[in-house]
Amino acid sequence: MKKINAPLDAETIDDLTAGDEVLISGTIYTMRDAAHARIAEMLAKKEKLPLDFKNQVIYYCGPTPAREGNAIGSCGPTTSSRMDKFTPMLLELGIKGMIGKGERSTVVKDAIAKNKAVYFSALGGLGAEYARSVEKSEIIAFPELGPEAIYKLEVEDFYAVVIDDIKGNDLYSMFHFS
Amino acid sequence: MRLIRSEKISEAVEQLVIDANYFLPYDIVSAVKEAAGEEKERKAKNVLYKIVENYKTAKKGEYPLCQDTGIVVAFLEVGNDVKIEGDVYKAVNRGVENGYKKGFLRKSVADPLTRKNTGTNTPCVVHTEIKPGNTLKITIMTKGAGAENKSAVKMLTPADGEEGIINFVTETVKKAGASACPPYIIGIGIGGNLERAPYLAKKALLREIGSANTNKEAAALEKKIFKLLNKLNIGPLGFGGMTTALSVMVETFPCHIASLPVAVNVQCHSSRHKSITI
Repeated sequence: MKKINAPLDAETIDDLTAGDEVLISGTIYTMRDAAHARIAEMLAKKEKLPLDFKNQVIYYCGPTPAREGNAIGSCGPTTSSRMDKFTPMLLELGIKGMIGKGERSTVVKDAIAKNKAVYFSALGGLGAEYARSVEKSEIIAFPELGPEAIYKLEVEDFYAVVIDDIKGNDLYSMFHFS
Repeated sequence: MRLIRSEKISEAVEQLVIDANYFLPYDIVSAVKEAAGEEKERKAKNVLYKIVENYKTAKKGEYPLCQDTGIVVAFLEVGNDVKIEGDVYKAVNRGVENGYKKGFLRKSVADPLTRKNTGTNTPCVVHTEIKPGNTLKITIMTKGAGAENKSAVKMLTPADGEEGIINFVTETVKKAGASACPPYIIGIGIGGNLERAPYLAKKALLREIGSANTNKEAAALEKKIFKLLNKLNIGPLGFGGMTTALSVMVETFPCHIASLPVAVNVQCHSSRHKSITI
């Protein structure tokens, strides 16, 4: 198990290989379908983006509402492939990590290797467990999107598995082809 | 005639959606535990034990099992000696809205074209069957989109036969791969027509995990497909292993001499549903 910090630096990314289990601590940002579409629109209109994506880790997640006194509700990963259309754009903006679940397209896997980034899988369907790894959450953009807003999360020992690394290795294809 | 007030239906639905999202049915927990004991790969074993941990955390009532608390599917079995006072569909939707608010559940329903969230997790999808008797059975399924998105229906022909069915199911599960949260529960509807097959497939998911169809041919097919799927090496959450499916359940209905409709409903490991009879 490797302990790593987010945002990610080049040295950390170099050291990650498909299959590695990691515990992520630091700051990550949630973004799913609607937030990706909004960022694409803002880029097209040349508007100022709500955050600097450089070296950031994006978490494909839409949490349940937090109860009073809790940092967040259930917060497991959603299916990554729905974000594939937007991923090369976000990699160009400088993101270095993505956390989700499931296979990515060939275009995305190539873009990950080219931009020296990494794709992790969190454990799908374990939203209640993941709430324990989030210490703080705050909506920083698109509150009107409800669960699809961008949340800034402070996480500690957030468990994930490296799926796609900078060398072009893909963990899923070592087991099965879809 | 027995009178059931619509308020009673709303209250029942409200409680069912909350319970379904916090308490994983025990047949599923047992199947996951059993699979964990049999898996040899460390990562696969670890994932299965973590699913059990997640069930334990969720049942404390603070965090739902999964952040995708689903679109609600309600199955109503209405006795023909029951008279419902008020609008039954409004009553079910009111129960969903109240339950999602009170239970801190995610509102995941949007207009299909504008994509604007309705903010209430309604409307839900309601299926109604009329049955003999004077009771009303309500079954709630809270189905996540990750698995529903990987489900499929295909109009095969009689010549495709059993081989065609098996190939279609296998291809559908391969396409779901790691994305829809395996180990899966696979509901298969065979026969009827274009809209009946997927209804059968969804209803199959309500059966007890590992139960066999009472029809001999259907039960044999369940067994055969179960074995094949567990050789795909997708494994728990796609990290490889022998547990790709926890259960395969087939439901059939006679069909036209010219057709062979087949539907596959992919269900993630967090198979959330609950019933009550009023």
